This record gives sequence, C-alpha cells and structure tokens, in this order.
Amino acid sequence: MPKLLTGAEIVFKCLEDQRVEHIFGYPGGAVLPIYDELKNHPSIKHILVRHEQGAGHAAEGYARSSGKPGVVLVTSGPGATNVVTALTDAYMDSVPLVCISGQVPTHLIGTDAFQECDTTGITRPCTKHNWLVKDINDLSKIMHEAFKVATTGRPGPVLIDIPKDIQFAKAKYKKPNKEKKLNGKSHNKFSQDQIDELVKLLSKAKKPIIYSGGGVINSGPKASQALREFVELTGFPITSTLQGLGAYPGDDNQFLGMLGMHGTYEANNAMHDCDLLINIGARFDDRITGKIDEFSPNSKKVHIDIDPSSINKIIKVDLAIVGDVTSVISKINKTISKRKNGHSKSNKSNIAKWWEQIEKWREKDSLNFVNSDESIKPQHAVQRLYELTKNKDTYVTTEVGQHQMWAAQHYKFNKPNRWMTSGGLGTMGYGLPAAVGVQIAHPEKLVIDIAGEASVLMTMQEMSTAVQYNLPIKIFILNNQYMGMVRQWQELLHEKNYSESYSEALPDFMKMAEAYGCKGIKADNPGDLDDKIQEMIDYDGPVIFDCHVDPNENCFPMIPSGKPHNQMILGPNDQEENKIKGKGKALV
Amino acid sequence: MPKSKSAYSVPTKKQKPDTYIFVVWVDNEAGVLARVVGLFSGRGYNIESLAVAEVDAVKNISRITIVTTGTPQVIDQIRLQLIKLVPVHKVAEFKREDKNVIFKEMALFKVVGKRNKIEKCLNACKKFNPVILDETKSSAVIQITALRREIDVMNKKLKPLGLISTSRTGAVAMTRGAKIFN
Repeated sequence: MPKLLTGAEIVFKCLEDQRVEHIFGYPGGAVLPIYDELKNHPSIKHILVRHEQGAGHAAEGYARSSGKPGVVLVTSGPGATNVVTALTDAYMDSVPLVCISGQVPTHLIGTDAFQECDTTGITRPCTKHNWLVKDINDLSKIMHEAFKVATTGRPGPVLIDIPKDIQFAKAKYKKPNKEKKLNGKSHNKFSQDQIDELVKLLSKAKKPIIYSGGGVINSGPKASQALREFVELTGFPITSTLQGLGAYPGDDNQFLGMLGMHGTYEANNAMHDCDLLINIGARFDDRITGKIDEFSPNSKKVHIDIDPSSINKIIKVDLAIVGDVTSVISKINKTISKRKNGHSKSNKSNIAKWWEQIEKWREKDSLNFVNSDESIKPQHAVQRLYELTKNKDTYVTTEVGQHQMWAAQHYKFNKPNRWMTSGGLGTMGYGLPAAVGVQIAHPEKLVIDIAGEASVLMTMQEMSTAVQYNLPIKIFILNNQYMGMVRQWQELLHEKNYSESYSEALPDFMKMAEAYGCKGIKADNPGDLDDKIQEMIDYDGPVIFDCHVDPNENCFPMIPSGKPHNQMILGPNDQEENKIKGKGKALV
Repeated sequence: MPKSKSAYSVPTKKQKPDTYIFVVWVDNEAGVLARVVGLFSGRGYNIESLAVAEVDAVKNISRITIVTTGTPQVIDQIRLQLIKLVPVHKVAEFKREDKNVIFKEMALFKVVGKRNKIEKCLNACKKFNPVILDETKSSAVIQITALRREIDVMNKKLKPLGLISTSRTGAVAMTRGAKIFN
C-alpha cells in the first residue's frame, strides 16, 4: 500500500520530479499548507517577492534566460489577480510559466468568501490552459500535465488553482508518465517536399531576407546555432524582431539590425524591397509590418513556425512550414549542403547586387544621433554601457518605452537568452523583477536592467527582494523625467500637448537606493559616465544607477503611423516632412 | 499618397463573410464551454447559434455545434485557435450551403387561442414535422424541426395566429451518407 500524501506534499513531489529548483511567490491564507510544507524540500528554493506581479515577471526572466519553466506560487483573491499582468505578458511573449494559486476551500467556492475570486475564470484568456483542482486524486496528474502544456509546442503560461482543503486532503502520488522522448517532434508537421521547395526558392532568390523572431530563442540554443549555419550557408542578410535579438550575433556583418517601427533603415527597406522573405519563428506583429497593404509587396513569403495559428493570421504566405525551428533549420541546412556537394552551385553571386543596395542603405547610418558634451544622450549611455560590458557574458532586461528601443538598437547581443524584454504586452515595470529572476538563474553573471524612471517605479519594491537575496542586479535608469515614448508620440501626433507625461515629484533615486540598502550612483555629466558605469559594474551588490539624460531626445528611426517600411523618419531634421495627419492619430 | 494612416492594420478590402458551422468535440469538463465561447468573444468572432451536449458518456465527450460568420481567413483562424485549446479533440467546419451536411434546429411554439387558430398553426407547420406536445382547450405547444431561416419565417407567420412564446435550440449538424467527420 503506497503512502498517502497531502495535497501540499504532492505539489512539492511534482515540483521535485519536474526538477524545479526555484519558485517565486508570496504567501497568504489560502496557500499556507503549501508554504508549511516548503521546509521539507531543501532542493527547492523559494524567492519571496514584494508583489505578486513581481513574482510573475521574475519567473519570466528566469524562464527566458534559462530555458526552464518559471514557477510562481501565490495566494487566492488579490494574490491571483496581481499575477494576471505577468501571465498575460508571458502569454503574449510565449514564456513558459507554471503558476500555482491557492483557492478558498471547495465548499466555500461561489459564496464570495474572504479572498475568493474566480481565478480560473479571470486567467482563462491569459493562459494556455488552467485547472481548478476539485479532487485530490487529480492533483498529481494535473501538475505534471501543467508542466507539459507550458513547455511544449509554443510555450506559455498555465495556472493551477488549488483549494485549501485539497492541500490538506490525502491521496497517492503518481509519477509523471514516462513518455517516449519526442524531442518536440510531435509538433513537426513538415515534409521533405516543403524543405525542397524552400531550398528551390533560396536558389532562385535575388533579393532575399531572413526575418527571425523569438521562436528561435524558444527553440533552444541549438536553434541559434542552426540559424547561424543557415545564414552562413546562404549568405543572405538577416534581420530580427525585438524578441529574437541574440539568436544571431548583433555585431556580424550579415545582420541588418532590428526591424519594425524603430528598426534600422537598412532592415526595413530590405523587408520592403525583397523578393524572398523567410520568417523564422516570428509572427508578423503589427509593430513589425507597418501598413499591411504595402508590407513587402513583391516578395514570396515563407513562414516557419511551431504554431499553425500564427500562419496566415496577418500576412498571407506562399509557403508555410509548421515545426520546431531547430528541426526545420537543421533539415534545411542538411538539404542545402547535400545539394551543394552535387552542384557546388551557390547563389551568393546572385545576391551580390542586393548586398550593394543594402550597403547603400547602411550608409544612412540610421541609428546615428547628435551627441553632446553637456548632457548625456540616452543612446550614448546605452552605447557606453555596451562597450564596458560586452566582454562579460551580460544579461540585459528592460522596462518599456524609449529606453527599451534604445537598448534594442544600441546594445548588441551575441548569444540567445541574454535579452529579456516585454514585447507583446509592453509591460512597464517588467525589467526590474525580471532581472531578479535572471540573477537567480545565473548567480555569477552580470545582470542589468536598462530602465526608464517611470517604468521602474511601477515595480520598484522588488529592490527589496534583490537586497534580501544578495542579488547584484544593476538598475540602469535612463532618467529623462518624462514617460518618454508617450511624450514622443504627443510631440509627433498631438501638437506637443504633453498631457500628463511629465513626472513631477520624482523620488531621489540615490536616497531610494540607500533606503533599500543598496548602492546608488548618479551621473549627469558625459565626462563622468564611463567611470560611473565601471563603478556600477565593479560593485558587488545591487545598484540603482540614476543616469540623467537629455529629456528631449526622441527615438529614431521610426516608421510613422500609417506608413509602409520604406517611408521612415530618420532623424530630427526629417520630422517636419513626415507629420502624421488625420485618422492615423486614432490608430497608433 | 498613402491611403491608410495607421501603423495598425487598417481593415482593407473586406472579403464577404460567409456562414459556417463548426463542430467541436471536447472533453466534457467544467469550464470547457467557457473556453470555447471565450475564444470567440475574446477574438471578436461572431456566434449566431450554439448547441452543446454530451454525446459519449463513456469517453466523456461533448459535441459543440457553433454557427458563425466570417471571411475564409477568419474561419481558418477560428479552426486553428480552437484546436489549440487543451480539451478540444477534433474540429470540423462546413459552409452552410454544403449539400453533404444536414443542419437542423428545433423550436417549441406555444399558441394560445381558439381551436381553429391552433389548427391553422399546425397546418402552417406541416412541412416541418409538427408534433403536439401539450394541448388544452385554449392552448397548444407545438414542436417543429427545420432550418434556422424556416423557423424565423414560422415565428413571424404564427404571431397573428396566437403564438405567445417561442423556444428554440441552436443548429446541430450531421453529414449525409456513411462517412463521418475526421
């Protein structure tokens, strides 16, 4: 007769069998039995956050930087509702999270009990799946299934709602089903014919471009390796979405930089003029496509994605290949190599002219900005940060806004999983807790949150978490006293009516650092910047770096609303000609 | 001259939406209908009618029939999004004009009035297998099975003959011949 375990014990048994090492959480009445059980499981470390949203983002940072699912533990009612933003964020950016929430005892469900809410109802649209455990005998099966759903196919968040009486009830524990190792193959629905067709398109292309996305990162480090081989084999130019940065080395010559609304001139023009567009693990997001009717009008389009519902959702494609990026690209590489042995015919000469054109676009140097000796330009700050940290294996998170775009433009990533940012949902306040999660997963590495002063105040309380666990995260705040991106749009669209986008009464970040028990550094002079950044890097402990930057700087280049890829605003001088008028305002 | 003025995709040449019937096989568990319906409302798809009931008590399978309208692209998305839901096993969809599929709805009419009016009602319903489920001196409950638009017509037609209450199901569907959906 196998031993009967309580629900709380079963939860930890499952976590152990799923090889979970860290959980991010916050206790409360409805999860106390689980918290009580924590002490008996030394292999699992609990990180106490200061707000459940922070737990969710920390778990996202942990998952994105390590490739393992992030685990969150929260109580019922407000605990669960506070984590909703993070779940939605993870859902939009395909981050595997397993969230365990407490619930009021089963007999009280539906009675408006204390700290009761319809957690599965609230989280249904922002999770891949969720479960309310009503029978203790289902608990182990549901827990294991939850991990499977979160991590297979297109990853995403799941939630398990466990009523308090279930946590006390007893049942037999069931180990996870030993399944045949599928290595993601069950999601591969492509055939050699499709690969052959793609290879044929590759050999015919005169103006090709590869557009890679977060799917490459999610598919694991092997996918980035395969992608690099593919780019080398073909000699094609490659651009990346915000989420895909790092899959291909940012400082390589074949890399055109990020594309989209704040992408480079060369990347966006190449997207517009190409005759073959190969989308690898990206989803034609509206920040990427610009105006749909004029999106890459003359190209054959290929889409490689693990999620069939991403295909033809926004842009109709000519060839769809459904599968895991690693498997698809490896197969393509093999096929190309085989052919080459036969014919030794490469089409690199075919695309020489295309590269000439791209070099011409490059000459525009679209990320250029007017530097200053008097005030720190935010772009300059990011560039210096990059130069001083590029030789370390640095992990960067961001908040959302201008600083995020400047980080994406000026910080060059060479490895996958080093860049954590909220792309789909655009959650201000993501970066600081995400940095906490990244540092937990990589205790020895340098972790920097490139932040804006408005965003970082949304989840500032997690500094307390960083101090508690000795996490030496560096919060690098580009402080321009504005909600910069809001101000930029108001400048471009609303006749400089800066309605509520100026933050009056900002806190003194130096004193704030002191209050939290970490180090504060302030820079407002370009001359001191390098020394101050070095001081931040050298300090062994969490740092809040208050970098006062030019408050009027805008983020360029930019595709203004309603324009296609080939009509970008390049710099401050270009603006007057490209004013956005009329209906476009309502639609940005 | 750019015609559209937005970075968001502006609705362009709109294709004409058609009516489709989705048949979805799901695990009969708590919340499954909410997942399916929530997907439709959350993504802005339309539901014209909905019918759901358990069809296999051993395997715990329910069958949901949804009538919806959309362009071919939207219909594709609905299918692909439905199949992603964990408790969904199978999804099939048919155009309403599809001759190989039978669609039926059932309606209950309560008619109050004199005998001759009720007789007239029954007569009007003759084409749609009318069954009298309840009868008093001054009232009757008539059941018919028909297509949606036929029931719409009857609903109008019976009003002057004493129809005071209508209750109707959503459409259910079944293929003709020996084949079943895969």
